[in-house]
Amino acid sequence: MPAVEVKNLVKKYGSIDAVKGISFSINEGEIFGLIGPNGAGKTTTLRVLSTLLSINGGSVTILGHDLSKHAAEIRKLISYLPEDAGAYKNLSGRAYLQFIANFFDKKEVQAIVQKGIEIADLGVRIDDRVDTYSKGMMRRLLVGRALMTNPKLAILDEPTSGLDVINAQEIRKLVKSTAQAGTTVLLSSHNMLEVEYLCDRISLISEGKIVEEGKPKTLMEKYKARNIEEVFIRTVHE
Amino acid sequence: MSGLGNITRKEIRELLTPATFVPIILIALIFATMGNSIQGIQKQSQAPPTIGVITEDNSTLGTIASTLLHTHARSVYNSTSAANLQNGLETVKQHNGVAVIIIPQNFTERITQEQPGTFKIYWIMKGAGLMDTISSSAVESLISFINTNISKELIRENTTLNASFVLSPTKRVETTYFKNREFIGLSPNTISGMLSSQSLLIPIVMMMIIIMAGSIVITSMALEKENKTLETLLTLPVKRTSIVTGKIIAAAVIGLLLAIIYMVGMQYYFTGFEVSTGVNLASYGLVLTSVDFIWIGISLFIALIAGLSLCMLLGTFAKNYKSAQTLTFPITMLAMIPMFITMFTDFDTLPLALKIFTFAIPFSHPMMAPRALLFHDYTLVIGGIVYIAIFAIVTISIVVWVFKTDRLLTGTTKFKWMKKMRWRRF
Repeated sequence: MPAVEVKNLVKKYGSIDAVKGISFSINEGEIFGLIGPNGAGKTTTLRVLSTLLSINGGSVTILGHDLSKHAAEIRKLISYLPEDAGAYKNLSGRAYLQFIANFFDKKEVQAIVQKGIEIADLGVRIDDRVDTYSKGMMRRLLVGRALMTNPKLAILDEPTSGLDVINAQEIRKLVKSTAQAGTTVLLSSHNMLEVEYLCDRISLISEGKIVEEGKPKTLMEKYKARNIEEVFIRTVHE
Repeated sequence: MSGLGNITRKEIRELLTPATFVPIILIALIFATMGNSIQGIQKQSQAPPTIGVITEDNSTLGTIASTLLHTHARSVYNSTSAANLQNGLETVKQHNGVAVIIIPQNFTERITQEQPGTFKIYWIMKGAGLMDTISSSAVESLISFINTNISKELIRENTTLNASFVLSPTKRVETTYFKNREFIGLSPNTISGMLSSQSLLIPIVMMMIIIMAGSIVITSMALEKENKTLETLLTLPVKRTSIVTGKIIAAAVIGLLLAIIYMVGMQYYFTGFEVSTGVNLASYGLVLTSVDFIWIGISLFIALIAGLSLCMLLGTFAKNYKSAQTLTFPITMLAMIPMFITMFTDFDTLPLALKIFTFAIPFSHPMMAPRALLFHDYTLVIGGIVYIAIFAIVTISIVVWVFKTDRLLTGTTKFKWMKKMRWRRF
């Protein structure tokens, strides 16, 4: 059974069709990349799968639960990292992780917080107020928040956005090891190297439709491309 | 275009937003309305008061007093016997009048014997607001005017009476009928003054709490959006109802803390201004019992919850901190309107449309409760509590519904009955 199954998903904002009947599935433990230009419908799809937006057509099943009927159940199993997410500025990094952990298994709260602190790797700054953090520190805190609960499905929108090369590399390794530990990962990224490195399979989305899907290596062979960036340009722009 | 012109044009374009203008336009409208109301009060104060006159004394001074009353007031009942007082009161009441004045048989005789001539005034009090006592103030002024004219008459006749007495030859013996009660020895102005000092604290405190706690809720929603924390919160395993009620309860707790601080401060403030009238309200049965205070507390708490749920609903429209500041304005107005209504007039004497409007504002009820409870008007208080409880439940339900729709994140809401499209609600 796939961890995520999307069939003919349609999402409209008023008269604008943001997503026009896309279908894809993600296997358990897989890292699946959703790639496309700005405004293609990536974030909308991720928001739908994160239970934030309702759908206008099609169906979405996440870990055996119908999204339209069992959103509350799905929220217990997933974790969503929005692209431009923030944290409560008056809290310290530790207090923020504690606040989030309190929504999960009461017995595991301290273990969850500890894992979040380790992932964020902010050292002594974890006890400083969030509004004193740099953009990179904030992102690491939020990645820690997203992965500390051992979600069955992690939905990551631009997980390395705002991070320098070294920090981005660390996060990529972390995402990879998280998937190896059994978490299914759905991510979107503009960084094609990141996609090539991380994803087992990718879908290229353009103007609300999926235009190509497959393993990065297979797609590169199909398009006789040296990297995913070339595949991206040929499928989306040519 | 020059640099200056370019910058000026860009600045004007940025400042020319509804957020800048709507509050100012609303303030202008409020001042215009207040101006109209004041004009109305001025007209009311200039109009001759409607009274009934019972003249038992046909002698010189009695006749002067009676003539002046008829000349300067609109007399709708005339009689020569105090036995007809009840008829007089009924007639004056029917004509929406303010008092029946009796000039007793011995009026002139007493004055000539250097004893104050007595005006027996039976007041019909309709409301305890400042505006409700305008007509009675006009009658009081008329009595003073008559007093002066009698003085002049005594001086003209070269009286041998004591000079101090000549300057003040009359006195008033008053009885006021208000809300089916008889207040012997009190004028409407005295009653109104005493009630105002008793029931002014709650409206001011209520207004301050609503404005401050409401601002907390709206700003909290705006900051959730501005700091991009709302999306994360909505994907966590927590019920939408818990998010909404959690925010409301937190703001209510802060609001109540503010209320306590304000009440202590304001209590001292009012004590400083308190002038002893020498009248004990308790002797007239006008005292709040501990049960009454519980009713006021319940009314205050539920009104606070209702107000905060309304703020929460407004908060869902807030996009950022700046827009939140604009959204607090309607709440400020909703809190100020009943405060002024409670101060200046009485719910019972309001025109029907204004009565409905006042009742519909949830914050009106705790403001009106103390005065209503003093007169044992439990129907208004309990009815108000039931209304604001329903208002709170409905508003919270709407907020939870908004939290379950896309509106919160996208700013748009789809309605099943508006568009025939498949829509799944979570």
